[in-house]
Amino acid sequence: MLSRVAESIYWMNRQIERAENIARATETTLDMALEGAMPPARLWNGLVCTFGDQADFWQRHGLADQRSVIDFLAFDRHNPNSIVSCLAQARENARTVREMISSAMWHEINRFYLEVCGARVSYGELENPLEFLTDVKRASQLITGVTDATMAHGEAWHFARMGRLIERADKTSRVLDVEHFFLPATDRGGEDAPASDDLVGPIDWSSVLDSASALEMYRKQHGRISRRNVAEFLLLDREFPRAVHFCLTKAEGSLLAITGGQQGTYSNAAEQKMGRLRADFDYASIDEILTRSAGLHGFIDLLQERLNAASNAVHETFFATRPTGKLFDTQPRQTAGRSL
Amino acid sequence: MNLTAYQTDGFWDELFEPDLRPRAAAELLVKRLGEFSPGELAARQKAADKMLLTMGITFNVYGHAAGMEKVWPFDIVPRVIDAAEWSTIERGLTQRIQALNLFIDDVYNRRLIVKDRVVPEWLVDSGRCFRGPCAGMQPPQGVWCHITGTDLVRGGDGQMYVLEDNLRTPSGVSYVIENREVMKRTFPQVFGGQRISPVEDYPEKLLAMLQFIAPAAARDPTVVVLTPGIYNSAYFEHCFLARQMGVELVQGSDLIVHNDVVFMRTTRGLERVDVIYRRIDDDFLDPLVFRDDSVVGVPGLMAAYRAGNVALVNAPGTGIADDKAVYAFVPEIIRYYLGEDAILPNVPTYVCGDDLQRQHVLDRLDELVVKPANESGGYGIVLGPRVSQAERDDCRERIKANPRNFIAQPMLSLSRVPTVVGDSLEGRHVDLRPFILYGEEIHVLPGGLTRVALVKDSLVVNSSQGGGSKDTWVVHTNRG
Repeated sequence: MLSRVAESIYWMNRQIERAENIARATETTLDMALEGAMPPARLWNGLVCTFGDQADFWQRHGLADQRSVIDFLAFDRHNPNSIVSCLAQARENARTVREMISSAMWHEINRFYLEVCGARVSYGELENPLEFLTDVKRASQLITGVTDATMAHGEAWHFARMGRLIERADKTSRVLDVEHFFLPATDRGGEDAPASDDLVGPIDWSSVLDSASALEMYRKQHGRISRRNVAEFLLLDREFPRAVHFCLTKAEGSLLAITGGQQGTYSNAAEQKMGRLRADFDYASIDEILTRSAGLHGFIDLLQERLNAASNAVHETFFATRPTGKLFDTQPRQTAGRSL
Repeated sequence: MNLTAYQTDGFWDELFEPDLRPRAAAELLVKRLGEFSPGELAARQKAADKMLLTMGITFNVYGHAAGMEKVWPFDIVPRVIDAAEWSTIERGLTQRIQALNLFIDDVYNRRLIVKDRVVPEWLVDSGRCFRGPCAGMQPPQGVWCHITGTDLVRGGDGQMYVLEDNLRTPSGVSYVIENREVMKRTFPQVFGGQRISPVEDYPEKLLAMLQFIAPAAARDPTVVVLTPGIYNSAYFEHCFLARQMGVELVQGSDLIVHNDVVFMRTTRGLERVDVIYRRIDDDFLDPLVFRDDSVVGVPGLMAAYRAGNVALVNAPGTGIADDKAVYAFVPEIIRYYLGEDAILPNVPTYVCGDDLQRQHVLDRLDELVVKPANESGGYGIVLGPRVSQAERDDCRERIKANPRNFIAQPMLSLSRVPTVVGDSLEGRHVDLRPFILYGEEIHVLPGGLTRVALVKDSLVVNSSQGGGSKDTWVVHTNRG
């Protein structure tokens, strides 16, 4: 298939998944804010930092509170990672590949953008922010379902799934990096002090699970909540669909379905980077991760770097096709994709 | 439904005789419409509107926010053409396209028609769509204008006239096919019992033509549709045709020229492309040859074309025959190349580049319709009798400043077709754009696109300016 089409489908799914994850984390933060467990400024600042756009945020806002952060993360069209920006880009990408995706998918994406976001342009116009965030989550899940049920599970579908899962792995890891964002440096477990495994700590780990829609599934597996087990569940679980390990395994599966390659071997940079990352997770142990000197944050940092490298390798392998051995001056590519 | 209230108001009506008896080809249709219960017409129209919306049959309007999509209004009462009349139209169009193709080939090669003083040389060379870089070109199979959309109108005298020739990248054919589809689903009972020429084989015929004109070396030619992208007004059609033919829809950035061969970038590497149905104007095709600020084109494409490694549809340079000043000469062009009289007459046309004719136009601005020679979409047209004196004065200055760029024609009394207004019918003015394919042979799609001015008394049928469309039936009556 055309590189541009593959790229648009890949990014379209990343953008929808990104919007869903932002909605999910914002919802949890709203929950926490209601109970006043943490000073609001720290809470909302932490949410901005989770998605890594704090520099952009502070350029435009003097204060991190419920209103400014939700405006920034949900409605700000100048923030390329806001929910409306993600959806606008996803819809543009969908329009450019309309002949490739099913009509049902187009219909849902179009509706998602026009109905969920079109009518509401700022926090001030929201009657109930929670309801809006729930709509975003639900629409994203609906599109995922419609994609699986109406699109042939061929090359295009695998690009869609790979994009969605790479995005999800990244976002789950960010949500788990909560200590780094919410606690002052001296309180952080893991960096200089040995990790505390208190059942009741300064971090509300059940909220972390909630941010990843993981609370119920976690309970079935581990019962009571501890830092160690939450980290293990969100990073290493093989069956929970938002766990990083699960995402990496299925993303690699799609990659191999696209190339026709075999696990354990590689013939291009994408297979190599993705395969090695997945293999590391196959044999990882949570106790090793937590007792290493870099700690949980260091591990997550490295994971995000390697995910980026894998995504760049996907770009080089499939989207940046050019004659071998010679580079050409070509038009700038007209896609809404961006590297992280 | 009671049809006795319907009035033709002195205009030629496509469904009714002046005495309000239905025309022979429309007899069954009118009978069925008459059987409608009150409210049914409005309900059917509503169902059709809803279907168009959910099918996403849209066009973009320039001048609005980027990507503004609109559903093109569709009227459920079809325009009917008797098959006997259609066969004359078909012969006339075939004749015209054959002559225009010879003309284009001639002006870029031997220039006999200029040397023989049938068409003035200044007129050809000053044409905004004349492309110097195309001189000496010999496109595959000798065909330049592979796809043409010729606009026809019927005057008050009942005669079909050619209003203009669209030989660059004519659009609208997707609506012909979709309109028929919508009609069959929302209005099936009006079809019953008559023979109507089908239109849905157009994509098949288009693909056959595109494969036929491929460079000789290509055994199993790869065909693509090249679009400027989602903001183009006809993006829906580009998607539609690519999907119907089962070929890739590409943008300029998907293509790359290497050693004068065109490739597309795919997830498995580069794939050779043999035929490009391009929906991009000549100007933007190749920044190395035409406008260097084009970001939708493909650098090196013209070199690959010149080397005979790729076919372009339509061939670059065909716009010269699209020029409305050249249009005035088409009857002579037909006589010159084919030795025949034109079967379909032109509308009388004054070329403002000619001193005598210009004076005539300037003296009669309040009677004439003035058109720019190289616009499409109805832009820049001034209807002399219907505008203010200030607008006429403005028009006069523009003609004087650039006479070559204007032509003028008498105001036509366009024919009308009954059109749904609420739950009843009123006459609205229409034109007709048949589509002609030129490959191994010349094929005319039966019927074509009927555009209708939905605003009462309006003569402007363009989608960008309040026009809609109708299904067009070529009906075979039992008369023979």
